[in-house]
Amino acid sequence: MFRSKTKLLQLSVTLTACAFLLIPTIMSVLAGVTANYFQGISSGLTFKWVYQVWELYADSIFLSLWIAFACLISTLIIGLPAAYGLARHPGWLSRVLEEFISLPLAVPGLALALALLQLYGSMKGFRASWTFILVGHVLYTLPFMVRSILAVLAAIDLKTLEEGAASLGASPWQRFRDIVVPNAMPGILAGALTVVTLSIGEFNLTWMLHTPYLKTLPVGLADSYASMRLEVASAYTLVFFVLIVPLLMAMQWASARAQRIAQ
Amino acid sequence: MTNRHFVLACLTPLLIFSLAFLALPLVRLFLASGEGEAGWAIYLDILRKPRYLETLVLTVLVSLATTFTALAISTTAGMFLSRNQFRGRGMLLSIMTLPLAFPGVVIGFLIILLGGRQGLINQITPGHVVFAYSVVGLFLGYLYFSIPRVLLTVMAAAEKLDPALEEAARTLGASPYRVVIDVIMPGLMPSLIAAGAIAFATAMGAFGTAFTLATNIDVLPMVIYTEFTLSANIAMAAALSIVLGIVTWILLLIARSLSGTTVAAGG
Amino acid sequence: MTLRLTNTAKTYPDGTRALLPTELEVASGEVVSLLGPSGCGKTTLLRIIAGLETPDPGGEIWFDTDNVTALPVERRNVGMVFQSYALFPNMSVRANIGYGLKMQKLSRPEIDARVSEVLEMCQLEDFAHRAITALSGGQRQRVALARAIAPRPRLLLLDEPLSALDAALREALRDELAILLRKFEITAIFVTHDQDEAMAIADRVAVMSQGRIAQSGTPEELYRNPKTSFVAGFVGNAMHLEGQVDKSTMKLQGGTLSLERDGTGHDVYVRAEDVLINSSGPLRGQVESVTFLGTHYRVAIKGIVPGLLTSIFPGQKAPKVGEAVHVSIKPNTLLLLPRSGAHP
Repeated sequence: MFRSKTKLLQLSVTLTACAFLLIPTIMSVLAGVTANYFQGISSGLTFKWVYQVWELYADSIFLSLWIAFACLISTLIIGLPAAYGLARHPGWLSRVLEEFISLPLAVPGLALALALLQLYGSMKGFRASWTFILVGHVLYTLPFMVRSILAVLAAIDLKTLEEGAASLGASPWQRFRDIVVPNAMPGILAGALTVVTLSIGEFNLTWMLHTPYLKTLPVGLADSYASMRLEVASAYTLVFFVLIVPLLMAMQWASARAQRIAQ
Repeated sequence: MTNRHFVLACLTPLLIFSLAFLALPLVRLFLASGEGEAGWAIYLDILRKPRYLETLVLTVLVSLATTFTALAISTTAGMFLSRNQFRGRGMLLSIMTLPLAFPGVVIGFLIILLGGRQGLINQITPGHVVFAYSVVGLFLGYLYFSIPRVLLTVMAAAEKLDPALEEAARTLGASPYRVVIDVIMPGLMPSLIAAGAIAFATAMGAFGTAFTLATNIDVLPMVIYTEFTLSANIAMAAALSIVLGIVTWILLLIARSLSGTTVAAGG
Repeated sequence: MTLRLTNTAKTYPDGTRALLPTELEVASGEVVSLLGPSGCGKTTLLRIIAGLETPDPGGEIWFDTDNVTALPVERRNVGMVFQSYALFPNMSVRANIGYGLKMQKLSRPEIDARVSEVLEMCQLEDFAHRAITALSGGQRQRVALARAIAPRPRLLLLDEPLSALDAALREALRDELAILLRKFEITAIFVTHDQDEAMAIADRVAVMSQGRIAQSGTPEELYRNPKTSFVAGFVGNAMHLEGQVDKSTMKLQGGTLSLERDGTGHDVYVRAEDVLINSSGPLRGQVESVTFLGTHYRVAIKGIVPGLLTSIFPGQKAPKVGEAVHVSIKPNTLLLLPRSGAHP
């Protein structure tokens, strides 16, 4: 089936790329469950390192989950009504606003973190609390939530549906609750999974915003890469994979579904 | 409450949040960049002082190399995967999109596993082959980050390409090679430029990967970080951040106007 | 309910005058159609009545003795059938129909009873629990109607209710809609660009053109006594006869016609069914094309007026293309209308 030379070349490039992406991932997974990495797999498989990670870093894992959850709630509270507002008021002002809140997609997290530190770094109570990290995560994930919902809302004839509900006696709030939210659901779901996935993996902003007492999972990872033996770092990476890969797959499924609806 | 008021009320939380945590901090960052000894001339210093200029040049070079390599690999693989149906295709696609969720630090670690002192390459090759902490390692890390993102953009564009165009070219006597040159590449070009812009901007601003690998390499994000934390040269860190932010923002603006995609930068 | 509109106009922010100051009165139980080409302001007028658009200052909308001008749509208690139906895709047929009742805060059993009643009236019992996406176009149209009338609105508004359907279905549903509207005994206004639809359904038709009501009357009145050339052209496709009017005769390219009265200063119109092909006719022309339409032929004739004159030929053997024919038009079938600048 891959008879022509071009196809063989294409296939080999594809396979090489796959190997480049996959091999270190597998190595990391194996290293996390190998008794001694220097001696190789022959030294035996063990969950010792994973336990050790749990003892050392359980706090950071729970902090990450908690921040991801809080981030989801915040982006929903801010993003859902905002997406509706932007969908109902299409115009240059909405475009500018959408462009502006999308800045965190383009501007590196490092720069945003510096900006936040410059303005709020001196507010000690806020600076030292987990809400400071949360603000960074919301800043970064909000555009994903807004756009995901906006794409679905733009695809349905929202204005006419709302007029239909209004002609039946529904107030603006009732229309939002009964018509907008249920019909935006595929976008909300895709946005929610994206927000959680990105929040759990966020490092660039978090590294700058965190304090020694508040380490998220990726911050802990960086920490373990710098100071722990390879097996522990790998085991921690493995824990991260176990968390993030199912989320990524769910996110891809939900986004594809929302995109089908939006077309 | 009228409908207009309700819609405005819906936008209020967003306005408050983005004013407090995006607009004001960015303004503050900009002002901070002018508060150093050099004043606003600090932006000239970036170009005048060899340390910063060299950093800028190196960052751009590594980012360009990443961009073109990622484009070449991902376009080849993307065209192959979207034009052929075979067993294991879904598997290959999953492998190639899996790293989308990996933060830059993790990718840095994976590169260490490949090219570090205890890395795979060093173990299976004779002699001492360690590249993880060099520019090569950084380049591979950025490449790891960019391949899945470029691939998705290319595949989305390839699926939108009308197969009838290729068939028409074939009926008119074009060789497979000519079809690629005359039909496929022009059709993919906007997406390729967009994907390239995204890869370039991402590489320019990548902090996580650089943080793990580039302890001895002066790339822009690392210099910003060290200026801020070690030298406490806040004005220079702010100025470099502003320059970096504007460059990546403009690049992604171009990308979006060409392809309409949203892919996260960072890493 | 009686509807009364006074001095109602609509100017959009960009200066477009969608509706010029308009007066309209609709009697209780009357079914009125707003008929006109696209862009004539008929949908704007309907949306102003619904409360979906605000009229320019000075306009007033009265439902019986209530001035509803300032009321938002959700408090006007109107039922509306949208062109796209605007059925809520997140709700079943039952939930769609019950939504207006829920907004009126009726009790569950009461809502159920009322929904069942409406379902039966619209012959939708079998589809009650279906999703909206599982319905055909005709079923959706009936659900939209059922949903609009379930809350017992004061006024029913229909915006091109049949235009989303294909031609065959449209004709069948047209008659069904006419029957249902009479059954509901409700004051109704519906917008259409299709004259057959307007005539089949409405008690009274208001023909609209360029932001104003050109003429309003029963379908028969409009057909037989159009007041303007626009109405004559739009209702029943009257053709303009170009020629020289001299007192009660008219000279055309293909011969001379006699008029019923002095036609000086008037334009003369005729309908295709009144253009008769017979050997004793005073007008001479040549057949340009013949189209077979089942019950009749449509014959286009050149040489009588500068363009083509169309005749409906009901006989068995139509003339051939290129054949010379004689044509007669009875004087009482000619429409004499005051001369105006623009012809349709």
